[in-house]
Amino acid sequence: MSGVEAVVIAGPGTNRDGDVADALRLAGALPRIVLADELVETRRFLDDADLAVVAGGFSYADSLGAGRMLALDLTLGLGDRLRDFVASGRPVIGICNGFQVLTRAGLLPGALGHNAQGHFECRWVVLDAPKSNSVWTTGLDSPIHCPIAHGEGRYVHPDPESLETAGQVALRYRSTNPNGSVGDIAGVSDASGVVLGLMPHPENHIVARQHPLHRRGGGGDEHLGLRIFENGIRHAASL
Amino acid sequence: MTIRTIDPDPRTAALHDGASALGLADLGEIRIADVVHLVGDLDGDAKRSLHALLVDPLLQIGTWDTPTGRAVEIVPQPGVTDPGADAARHASEQLGIGLRHAATGLRVEFDEAIDDADVDELVRRLLANPIVDRWQHEPFEIDAVDDPEPPAVADVVPIRGADDARLHAIDTERSLALDPAELRIIRDHFEELGRDPTDVELETLAQTWSEHCAHKTFRAAVVVRSAGDENGADDESDGSLDGDEADAPRSPLLDRLRRCTDAIDAPFVKSAFVGNAGIVEFVPGTTLAVKAETHNHPSAVEPFGGANTGVGGVIRDVLGAAHRPIAVTDILCFGFDDLPLDELPDGSLHPRRIRAGVIDGVADYGNKIGLPTVAGAILYDPAYTTNPLVFAGCIGSAPSRALHDGPHAGDRILVLGGATGRDGIRGATFSSATMNATTGEVAGASVQIGDPIVEKLLIDALVGAEDLYSAITDCGAGGLSSAIGEMAEGVGADVDLTLVPRKYPGLAPWEVWLSEAQERMVIAVTPRNVSAIAKRCERVGLDWADVGHFTGDGVLHVHHAGTTVARLDTDFLHDGRPRRTMTAAPPTPRRGTPTSRTVDDPVDTLLRLLRHPNIASKEAVIHRYDHEILGSTVVRPLVGVAGDAPADGVVIAEPTAQHGIALGIGVNPWIGLHDPEAMAFAVVDEAIRNCVAVGADPDRVALLDNFSWGDPRRESTMGDLVAAVDGCCAAAYTFGAPFVSGKDSLNNEYIGADGERHAVPPTLVITAMAHVPDADRCVTPDLGEPGDVLFLLGTTSPEFAGSHLDLVLGEPDDPGVAPSPDPDAPDNYRRLHAAISAGLVSACHDVSEGGLAVALAEMCIGGRVGAAIDTLPDDDLVTSLFSESIGRLLISVSPPLVSEFLRAMDDGVLQIGEVSASGMLTLPGVEPVMVDDLVDAFTNPDISVDHRSSS
Repeated sequence: MSGVEAVVIAGPGTNRDGDVADALRLAGALPRIVLADELVETRRFLDDADLAVVAGGFSYADSLGAGRMLALDLTLGLGDRLRDFVASGRPVIGICNGFQVLTRAGLLPGALGHNAQGHFECRWVVLDAPKSNSVWTTGLDSPIHCPIAHGEGRYVHPDPESLETAGQVALRYRSTNPNGSVGDIAGVSDASGVVLGLMPHPENHIVARQHPLHRRGGGGDEHLGLRIFENGIRHAASL
Repeated sequence: MTIRTIDPDPRTAALHDGASALGLADLGEIRIADVVHLVGDLDGDAKRSLHALLVDPLLQIGTWDTPTGRAVEIVPQPGVTDPGADAARHASEQLGIGLRHAATGLRVEFDEAIDDADVDELVRRLLANPIVDRWQHEPFEIDAVDDPEPPAVADVVPIRGADDARLHAIDTERSLALDPAELRIIRDHFEELGRDPTDVELETLAQTWSEHCAHKTFRAAVVVRSAGDENGADDESDGSLDGDEADAPRSPLLDRLRRCTDAIDAPFVKSAFVGNAGIVEFVPGTTLAVKAETHNHPSAVEPFGGANTGVGGVIRDVLGAAHRPIAVTDILCFGFDDLPLDELPDGSLHPRRIRAGVIDGVADYGNKIGLPTVAGAILYDPAYTTNPLVFAGCIGSAPSRALHDGPHAGDRILVLGGATGRDGIRGATFSSATMNATTGEVAGASVQIGDPIVEKLLIDALVGAEDLYSAITDCGAGGLSSAIGEMAEGVGADVDLTLVPRKYPGLAPWEVWLSEAQERMVIAVTPRNVSAIAKRCERVGLDWADVGHFTGDGVLHVHHAGTTVARLDTDFLHDGRPRRTMTAAPPTPRRGTPTSRTVDDPVDTLLRLLRHPNIASKEAVIHRYDHEILGSTVVRPLVGVAGDAPADGVVIAEPTAQHGIALGIGVNPWIGLHDPEAMAFAVVDEAIRNCVAVGADPDRVALLDNFSWGDPRRESTMGDLVAAVDGCCAAAYTFGAPFVSGKDSLNNEYIGADGERHAVPPTLVITAMAHVPDADRCVTPDLGEPGDVLFLLGTTSPEFAGSHLDLVLGEPDDPGVAPSPDPDAPDNYRRLHAAISAGLVSACHDVSEGGLAVALAEMCIGGRVGAAIDTLPDDDLVTSLFSESIGRLLISVSPPLVSEFLRAMDDGVLQIGEVSASGMLTLPGVEPVMVDDLVDAFTNPDISVDHRSSS
């Protein structure tokens, strides 16, 4: 147990908060699921945490654009506190809807549009972690296998080359780009490397049995999504 | 504000595809924009901050200008769920902007040269449904409407002294769907009371006594008429119809199923045929709730909303059994895609649109609420063209606890969830009536769009609150009238309708009481616990209201602003209904004279079977559903190297738990057309077999039945139903697998504009839920290593009636017999389970539609590997390859484990060949076929009726 306290931020309709809490627990952190309203009311929930997660799901049913309402709640409710959290070097991860929230809140570059195929898609993908500034993907030598489950996951950026040059492309889809993302980008960092946003769900591959090809010898410990959480927790513990 | 995407909007491509598939006029370039109506005094700052919120500059361009040019704008009908409007209101509040009203819509823009009539046709066929949408060519001017509050009194309906003709007129006028005997009992009851009923009372009785709520047919006494017998006597011609006196009416179908469960007396059954869902306990300390529902009629008229609220409803059933929902299932039946528009009956939606809408509706609800949609099936038949079937199921889990024993006198009545509007009024009576060409128009209010986020909040608030309430039920068909009415049975309740939160003013008392507004639960709470419940609701942002209390006087008393609008004796409400007697003319299936088939080209036939949409890959649909959330899906609906091969059962198990549960589905209406009793046995067997094939314990299986049938007042239809229940009971006894819950949807018929009757084939869906002792030892159908030895378990006979071979090649004049029960199956399954548990099996697949050839092909597709078959189970090649005898499984075993496997199976398996590295499936006497060709056929389904014509 690392003693790292992780706050899992949820809004109305967030639905993978429990899954990511399980992943954090298995990776050695102490997760606490907190609703956006509670986060605004009780300062210590965020201020005392070592690591923050904006969990996946359908906050506000994706109405008027995925992540927009929860991003509004967080930016208006928390003011600069989330930015201060990042500035202090504490790791933040936004998964799926959480990624959409963080781009809308201005903590990550780019935007997420409707999948090119025009509908929700759930399938397993393989993610490469190119050399980047991300504290979440440091030393990931093997690709990460995990599922996607989203309708608005097409990553858009006006200048993806600049992003790559800056070392902010943290994860790329290998072989199958499931949503038309520019440059096969699955996950990006902020300029400091402590914030990671990604569309896939590493929290749904925390034990080898969850891999669809597990019975045929596929997957394996080095491909677990759990590795990403272990990295973040290790970084938080080192602060 | 009008918002357009910068990159091509994928919705335009879908629209073009849809138009071309239906043969509509080519409308050239189409542009789609989202419209958000924000009504209020918005100054420049307000507009700027709303613009920043609603428009992402990397993705979209937004404008406040009123759009011009040739277009249609589509907006939801007033009162229809509009989550976008809710979000806009929430955002404005956050931003401190005063809004009077908000609404969202869709704007579809066309080139100026396009004909109005063509545009309207496109909108009507593909884009909008008058049941939930309205549209016009000009931009809508939307504003809040102040609906005047109507006088808060109920109408009195003069019924005393009414003759049958007058009663019939009242029934028709108010769409009560009551039969003459029921109307007479109601009239007599009020004559006794010396007053006339209010509209609230009459509607409450109609809902409570509806086929949908009361299951009048399954509770009816049954007189079985033998063929040609005009007197209704019963000569006990069918040996399986035992257990009742010969000439007396038989006991109701529901009683038969219950007695069967009682007789099996499985120790794991905690609650069967009571309340919202069946409850079992496979492992001490954890109970599982399971339920499946149909939402057929709503899905026919508003496919998205119908399927959407079907899923929402069955999830609430599990929540209403005090369990946390953990998985969703869906079984869907559609017509074929290539129906020409001129053959589509008036007032019906095209099967292609029904399919797209239903699948979207299922996906939308399950994905948003955050439950994995795991097990399912999709069936196609022309008979489902205008009457699609949608079976939605839900599984829940909870720590073991005593069943709730309330409500108690003095308990408060709390309504949790969404506000009440004029939604879904009279759904129970609507779904109990046969549809006709005008149903789509008059039943408009009967279908609603769901709001899965609100239901998610219900789960968040209620899971963990089980000790705070004494009774719980969901608001489904009949709304509060059914929910509170059922809870009040024998206790009585006092309800003040003014306390029920409304979406908008202007609702009459009966509308509040009957409204089927979705996403509401009712709980009975002792007064001291009300504040604890309130706190839980407020934490997650869920609305709640205390609308009255349970009284103890046995009377359902409903009032509104101080005026009584209903005072009904709950004994009369629940027990006053006259029991029906239904007459059944049992079917006379062919038994005992099997016929084989002639197949000229076995390889071509196999490929055609693989391409048949009932058999072919459902990959495109399954990827629309989130089957990964909760991280518990161990065996997915798609398996194999390329993730495109079908699984038999699915298995869910918490990530770090050793045990899990398997879900298997059995359904085969084509056998039902020949022999409903054999069909029922076969589909129970198939559901159980699917579970056993993945590693479940055949001695710990619970079953659900869902019957979708035609009008049971037709004696032959009722006879088919009786025979099917007989088959269910026989199978349950044979396998020692109890039914724990079920649901019937009758009157699945459609009277088209042609005046002809269209009925669905007898469609029985069996869901089996079984215990998996070791989730690490699950097996799937995909073949593994070349050299693995292949075995066939079970007996193969020439049983082709209802087979997919006949669907593909055409049915001969003498179809022969349907698959008959295999008495050895229970022991076979136990042995196989022991072998799987011992880790002796590398792959396993049940043999079902398309027979052995298709099952082998699917195993090859799963492993992308060949198989060399040298031994067939029958001397007749066609019987060996394509018969659909039940009770059979294919098993592959690694060579070093073969002798141990044979011992475990007591040598009761046939060795038929081995997995081969050749890349081909070779069968004796048949040209070898490349696995690539099998894959190609399997992954390119032909959802058109054309390929079904005989060659």
